[in-house]
Amino acid sequence: MEEPLNLVLFSGTDDRLQAASVLAAGAAALGRPVNVFLQYWALDAFRRDRIDADHGVSPEAGAAGADAMHALREAGQSSWADTLRAAKDLGDVDIQACSLSMDLLHLEPSDLDPLVDGVEGVTAFYGQAGAGQVLFI
Amino acid sequence: MNVAITPTTVDARGLACPMPIVKAAQWAKTAESGQLMDLLSTDAGALKDVPAWCRSTGNELVEQRAEAGVQHFLIRRA
Repeated sequence: MEEPLNLVLFSGTDDRLQAASVLAAGAAALGRPVNVFLQYWALDAFRRDRIDADHGVSPEAGAAGADAMHALREAGQSSWADTLRAAKDLGDVDIQACSLSMDLLHLEPSDLDPLVDGVEGVTAFYGQAGAGQVLFI
Repeated sequence: MNVAITPTTVDARGLACPMPIVKAAQWAKTAESGQLMDLLSTDAGALKDVPAWCRSTGNELVEQRAEAGVQHFLIRRA
């Protein structure tokens, strides 16, 4: 499938970012281009000084869910950031920060982890997205 | 005459989804046509993921076997 997989990331918790990184890596491994658009709390999680910190889990996970996630990390699962790095290394994965969210969070491009390739608005993102699916996480 | 090609071992044991497939794809990026990989995995998802990845990418799943709790996938680069 040559249509890009387009992921709009809104949530900044580790469980949702982990899910997103798995989707991105799986697509990259199949040779599909991946476009990621970082909005709001997901963008915040990609801050250079915060990317490897604990971003917690969604409320729906509860304490049991949080424990399950920690157990998986203890068992050797890669962080979502490392999974995305592997996906980038493997295939065509482009990660863009939403310019509106950059303003909201008072961020400069230099505040972001090198995983982020640039800043763009929604129109440019739709241009990259083409006819491919757009998923909102 | 068949020349025996020694498979490259790609050890994904202990790695969870999607890393076994990511490792397979990393090998495929640099492998030449005809080269063989023995992909080792302990991930339950790999049982279906690896054959699916082979079908999607056109790489041949030559053999799949379980040995002492480890799945071995012998794959030939298209």
